Amino acid sequence: MTDAMRRYHAARWDEPTVMELGHPGRRGVLVAPAEPAVAALAGDPAALIPARARRSRPPALPELSEWEVLRHYLRLSQQTLGMMGVSLFGTCTMKYNPAVSEAVSRLPQLREVHPLQHPATMQGALEIVYRLDLALRELSGMAQFTFQAGGGADAAYLQACITRAYHDARGELATRDEIITTIQAHPCNAATSAAAGFKVITLPLEEDGYASLAALRAALSGRTAALMVNNPDDMGIYNPHITEWVDAVHAAGGLCFYDHANFNGVMGKIRAAELGFDACMFMLHKTFGAPKAGGGPAVGAYGCTEKLVPYLPGPLVTAADGRFGLTEPAGGIGRVREFLGNLPQVLKAYAWIRAMGAEGIDEASDLSVLASNYIDAQLMRIRGVTRSHPQLTGPRMEMVRYSLETLTRETGVTVVDVQNRMTDFGIDAMWLSHEPWIVPEPFTPEAGELWSKEDIDEWIGVLRHVCAEAYEQPELVRSAPHRQVTHRVGSASLDEPGYWATTWRAYQRKHGSQHERHGT
Amino acid sequence: MANSVPELRDDMLAQAGYAQLADLFAQLPAAHRMKRPLELPEQLGSEAALRRHLTELLGRNTSCEDALSFLGAGLYRHHVPAICDEIASRHEWLMSVWGTPSSDQGRFQAWFEYSSQLGELLDLDFVGLPVYSWGCAAGHALRMAARMTGRAKVLIPRNLDPERRAVIGNYCGAAQPGRQLHIEEVGYRRDGRLDTGELRAKLSAEVAAVYVENPNFLGVIEDEIEDVVAAARAAGAEVIAGVDPLTLGVLAPPGELGVGIAVGTVQTLGVHLNAGGGVGGFIASRDEERYAREYPTLQVSICDTTEPGERGYAIPLFAQTSYGAREEGNDWTGNSVYLWAIASAAYMAAMGPAGFAETGAAILQRSHYAAARVGAVPGLSVRFPDGFFSEFVVDFTGTGRTVAGIDAALRERGIFGGADLSAAFPELGQSALYCVTELHTQHDIDRLADTLAEVTR
Repeated sequence: MTDAMRRYHAARWDEPTVMELGHPGRRGVLVAPAEPAVAALAGDPAALIPARARRSRPPALPELSEWEVLRHYLRLSQQTLGMMGVSLFGTCTMKYNPAVSEAVSRLPQLREVHPLQHPATMQGALEIVYRLDLALRELSGMAQFTFQAGGGADAAYLQACITRAYHDARGELATRDEIITTIQAHPCNAATSAAAGFKVITLPLEEDGYASLAALRAALSGRTAALMVNNPDDMGIYNPHITEWVDAVHAAGGLCFYDHANFNGVMGKIRAAELGFDACMFMLHKTFGAPKAGGGPAVGAYGCTEKLVPYLPGPLVTAADGRFGLTEPAGGIGRVREFLGNLPQVLKAYAWIRAMGAEGIDEASDLSVLASNYIDAQLMRIRGVTRSHPQLTGPRMEMVRYSLETLTRETGVTVVDVQNRMTDFGIDAMWLSHEPWIVPEPFTPEAGELWSKEDIDEWIGVLRHVCAEAYEQPELVRSAPHRQVTHRVGSASLDEPGYWATTWRAYQRKHGSQHERHGT
Repeated sequence: MANSVPELRDDMLAQAGYAQLADLFAQLPAAHRMKRPLELPEQLGSEAALRRHLTELLGRNTSCEDALSFLGAGLYRHHVPAICDEIASRHEWLMSVWGTPSSDQGRFQAWFEYSSQLGELLDLDFVGLPVYSWGCAAGHALRMAARMTGRAKVLIPRNLDPERRAVIGNYCGAAQPGRQLHIEEVGYRRDGRLDTGELRAKLSAEVAAVYVENPNFLGVIEDEIEDVVAAARAAGAEVIAGVDPLTLGVLAPPGELGVGIAVGTVQTLGVHLNAGGGVGGFIASRDEERYAREYPTLQVSICDTTEPGERGYAIPLFAQTSYGAREEGNDWTGNSVYLWAIASAAYMAAMGPAGFAETGAAILQRSHYAAARVGAVPGLSVRFPDGFFSEFVVDFTGTGRTVAGIDAALRERGIFGGADLSAAFPELGQSALYCVTELHTQHDIDRLADTLAEVTR
């Protein structure tokens, strides 16, 4: 227990909401008035609006100078720990977002391009889409990618829409209305299937960490439309029978979708199409070095085999004789989102692939799995920490799900308490688990290829320190955080209509008496 | 990569208890492994080489800064204050994903301020965090209304953006026939406005929601929204209004018009075109439980902390999302465009009420000046000249030329003409949707009119 703990304290500006700042009449942005000839010809702007459609009173927005706005949000950015410490946020594959990619993506030649421009005026943008498509085809074995989906969940929804279209074209949609997934698959697979009007069948896990082939076979029938799974799962366990799964689903007439959220550990090692999958999804904002930005703009890159290409949404980029165009698949599903997708993220993913190269990508998955197993060896020595499926020995993939069940039982300190206490040392919240918690008091670190051994050691040191605190001073951990921007947030009333306030005007209405600035 | 250094790598491997890297992949069956090494374009390891390659590619684009553009149709070029870019590029919120409400408090507060300011513009009290796009927001809102009413028919305008229409079409589809939402279109009148007579005739006890836009896709300002609300309410249906919040400095907000749910774009609030990557949508409503319980989004509420009197921020109604309830949740949620929420928060704060009012006025005057100048070109006419905001329909049918042909001629002269409507709206002949904003100067507009006169001569 000799870890030297970082003497961290969060920035705490005690910053009011922007709604409480400024002064009536103050301006942040000035707008150029119309030239005299324009104003003369157009006339009074209010008269250009039908009387019933005019705004009667101005919006109660704050009135600030430009500097006040900038300073306010810089303060809020400082009050965001993010990755300023060490964030091993599992399932999200934390990566560095190269500054060069950010800089290039902000050039007007991308930022100020309109997607409805004639293709002749956006050859560069289309070529980048095409080049990333080719690279992802190589990584997956798929025949074609689209970048329209605005995130991994949106790509899952796209899969559900394509599943509808595929079976509809074969006249089987009326009878194929079930999608099979597992309890360890991301909730979005089940949720998007249901949103697309499918019945969802969720397979439980067995002793060895994945659902059984027998359970899958029992669920398959003439009603099966598709299978949606990830592999490896968030516990770092790879289902070795996945090709038999795919064969069984195909034999039943269903489609197989590979949610490649956990691609980081198998990049350059396996290819979805070679395992028999009809489609897969990569998250450019996770695996491919584009920023997560606190939840997007993101891209769920959706790729499929020739079998499903006719159902892809448009527009798709075409290439012929070095010229790039756009085409609309005749039998396609249309759109899951307007336009071509988040092109700056596409550019950043392409840049990441070029900067890494084939060998670099292969090495990155090596280092990700190495870091995971290094972490595993260290965590198994910390009192109170156990691993999911402890009976399984041998290496895990790029992340592993652990449990603080023992620690909670022995000290009363929960994984949420530990998560909060770790932020007192500059360690941003670790990922626990998607719902439902199959593993009690779960947490799921993932270092990827980004974090150095020193960073990983610091993270482990903080966890070790906090677990020791839990045994020695449990109240200190339970009441954490102590050195953060605010104390622990929470109210049992949060889901009560009389309590929640998602806007300042609702807050004023419901809690008007609490308006005075708080002190800490 | 930090741990590429051989001695570090070997040390970690030894401490993990393995002899070689290959041993770490023992779980992968040999039959599953790739049979050959990856083949990708050569590595560009130096930043200089990579930057040169990327900028050469982007150099093949002609941007709307290089050309004079009149494209809109769902994605709009407005001034983005430099501080919006400065704030949105901070690595604290650019690289990271989540955190706790106390450790990443600044991001939660910024999100709350996005919702709060948008709520003021909309005159609505409940605002969710953004969704992927306007079309996705409309799709979710229709599904909310269907769940609220238990009905399965929705009325949408015929004069709807074809991109948005295609998205809505997917959101209303369902594998199981009993779960589909049936879309019925309502036509538009000769003045470009929603045919409210037809709408009334199509309202029934089966209708879950009426979706209207203001201004509508053809640019025209609707002036009977309150009547639509009254008629829908009488039929027990919800009204969903699609709006561009940038118009709300001068146009009546949805809340004031009695609308229950509003959706729209956040792109016009401080986000660049990004070749289509700028899109983002919002869902907002009255702060009533029957709406709030149907949201698929995450949202941020002010919340108590364990310290008496301290203000924190947290996520209410989490259990009803797909994160909380998988397939039992409301639709689904996931990564969205949350960074744009921060850019939009900064934009709204910088603009203030005067900035929105002045921008609205400037757009109205410039667009009407443009319509007058373009409409005066022989052979050209403005289809719906009364009561539009920033976009208007230019009909080229009288020239005997196609929009595509005219666009090609304009392009040669450094101008991007408005979005071609001829495929999606054949009843409008050879028409295009021209978008004029606060960025178009008199000189720009005169140049457009003069060039149109030249190329249609």
